[in-house]
Amino acid sequence: MKSFWSITMATLAKDIRLEWRSKDALNAMLFFSLLVVVIFVFSFDPLAEESRHIVGGLVWVAFLFAAVVALNQTWARELRNQVLDAYRVSPAPATALFVAKVLGNFIFVSLLEALMTPLFVIFYNLRVLGPAWQLLPVALLGTWALVVNGTFFAAMSLRTRSRELMLPLLLFPISIPAVLGMVAATTSILTGDNPAHFYIVLLLTYDVVFTTACVGLFDTVLQAE
Amino acid sequence: MPGMEATSNPDLVRVSGLVKQFGRFAALRGVTAEFDGGRFHVILGDNGAGKTTLLRALAGLAQPTRGAVSILGKTPQAACRNIGYMAHPSLLYDEMSGMENLRYFARLYDIAGDERCAQVIRAVGLEPELSRPVGKYSQGMRQRMSLARAILQDPKILLLDEPFSNVDVHSARAMVGLLAGMRDAGKTIFVVTHQAALLEGVADEFVWMQAGQIVDRTRSLAEKPAEPA
Amino acid sequence: MKKAFPILAVLTALFLAYAFYQAMFVAPTDALQGDVYRIIYYHVPSAWTAFLLFFLNFMASVQYLASPKPSTARAVKWTVIAVGVIGAIVPFVPQVQQWLLTIGMYPSSAATTALMFPACYFLVGKLFRGPSVDVLAVTTAEVGVVFCTIVLITGPIWARPVWGIWWAPGDIRLTSTLVLWLIYVSYLVLRRFSDSAQTQKLAAVLAVFGALDVPLVYFSIWFFRTQHPQPVIGGGGSMDPRMLHVLLINWMAFLCFAFLVCWSRFQLEKMRREVEEAEAMESLMEPGGSSAQISKAKVPLGRGSQ
Repeated sequence: MKSFWSITMATLAKDIRLEWRSKDALNAMLFFSLLVVVIFVFSFDPLAEESRHIVGGLVWVAFLFAAVVALNQTWARELRNQVLDAYRVSPAPATALFVAKVLGNFIFVSLLEALMTPLFVIFYNLRVLGPAWQLLPVALLGTWALVVNGTFFAAMSLRTRSRELMLPLLLFPISIPAVLGMVAATTSILTGDNPAHFYIVLLLTYDVVFTTACVGLFDTVLQAE
Repeated sequence: MPGMEATSNPDLVRVSGLVKQFGRFAALRGVTAEFDGGRFHVILGDNGAGKTTLLRALAGLAQPTRGAVSILGKTPQAACRNIGYMAHPSLLYDEMSGMENLRYFARLYDIAGDERCAQVIRAVGLEPELSRPVGKYSQGMRQRMSLARAILQDPKILLLDEPFSNVDVHSARAMVGLLAGMRDAGKTIFVVTHQAALLEGVADEFVWMQAGQIVDRTRSLAEKPAEPA
Repeated sequence: MKKAFPILAVLTALFLAYAFYQAMFVAPTDALQGDVYRIIYYHVPSAWTAFLLFFLNFMASVQYLASPKPSTARAVKWTVIAVGVIGAIVPFVPQVQQWLLTIGMYPSSAATTALMFPACYFLVGKLFRGPSVDVLAVTTAEVGVVFCTIVLITGPIWARPVWGIWWAPGDIRLTSTLVLWLIYVSYLVLRRFSDSAQTQKLAAVLAVFGALDVPLVYFSIWFFRTQHPQPVIGGGGSMDPRMLHVLLINWMAFLCFAFLVCWSRFQLEKMRREVEEAEAMESLMEPGGSSAQISKAKVPLGRGSQ
């Protein structure tokens, strides 16, 4: 058990170090997120009252776009020199690699969300009418839902043609209940019309179910030739 | 099997009836062989003969369609701590230095501390303090660092796929010397290469492959089997 | 197959014709919707057939993943039995019964669904041994998608004249069907685009993910609907027994048709794989594929030489 977490943390630290060193890619991602927000601002006119009802959806769709671009890069470095072969030959468990990648993606996508959220607040003049603190569990659980399945399907797409297309193609249908939950919860909290508890429980259930499934089945996917 | 290594010259590596098919193409068409431990085996053959596939099957990276691989009496996955694998891609992260790469892989093998990493880097003739990222190395340096990664956990079996390709003569000779030393220390070494001349006089046997099968095993390059009609 | 298939095909065609006659002429006209409602005799049976086929795909995928490893296979077997036993008893506990009714499910249908798990799992395991379980998976996925497409086309066609809208996102059944369709289309795309030797395993993994997703989809939309009341396209509540009778006749006819299509697709896929195996055998025996040197009679066309 101890070596599992030590491998996971070592992999996560290595990924963060590598991400930090290629600051170009990081900055480009951040700029891309900004652009996505601006496109939305021009597409959906931010008149205060109407916008509060649709902003929940806009925000999460924007996060989804940014997340897919980030997720497509998950295994890029490992692919370049077939590093995955070195991992498969080692005694390290596949799940440790998976958890490390999910945590890395989670941190990265959260960073993008943290950048995009104030921009949405500014452009759409948002005020939260419901219990604002609930936005935090919604954001955490929702991001985890996207990232855990996204990392898994990114690995599945490694052995397919049109790799970058396969990831969203596999991810979107499976993510629909989570997206519905995230958007409905966010809208409920922003408008204060309805309680968001059920959606938070739904997201938690989704996260537990799919994290278990991903962790259990990742070894099969990694060993696929 | 616990008693196995006690016998003198145990069959450390055994393949039986190994078949590997990729769709319609059969890369390995029934390979059966036993390889003695502590020996240096060179695998030769034309492109498409199945050399790389055989090596990958020994490493546990290619699941056999039929047949079995036995390394030290276990499957390759079970024996993975005693297998070191190296291929033409470096299996290293281009953006990290050699030492940083090895530090990471050492964690995968539960090896603590930097001493072992520094030791193997010096053993392949490179500097542990070199902070240049591996992506900026010459091919010779990169192959040597990849070899360092493969021997990090001090495995009993080394599987090297084209280690000398595009490598300068100096680096290649250094690697051959290192491998010979390791064989003398009791390790079993398999090398797939097109540059067999480098290993004449060093290797213990040459394994000739053709069309997915082993056609001959000789002690020297001069005894090359006849071309098919 | 050569003898039975044409006979069954003719019988099925007659059955479908009879079902059509029943649906169009014999069934009484709906008080509220008039004759437009008759599309239900295509919409609902297609849906039930599609769900049954996708369920078989799920069972086949689990079998395919579990059977290579005996310990996993045993664990799955007991889980499936547990689901069946618990699921058959629990819906009749009073509190659970109440809750089921609030989400629109009868206890008897919940119990039947639960019993389907062990029943189908063991049936599939018995009838389709080894690699043919994956052939079943492909077949049921493809035919299921076809029937699902029919549901998604007939749904809006029905909704428009009756409710004035093509689509209501809060309609649980239609939206769940859409998500199921999306999941299985992505399943078929994965099968086609995957270059891996383990494509079948990856597809089975995706099917498991899809199956885990379906109840979550259902509940998320159900709750969304309670907060945002929306029209129900499929029509709720009870049905005139004469209509129900015709509905069941049509469903039986659809099932016969689905069975025939699946059967021929299954045979086609099996034959395709056998040809592939034979060609692979050939390349094993003679490198470079000089097939003139190997008489076709020597090449085994079935499983079982090694």
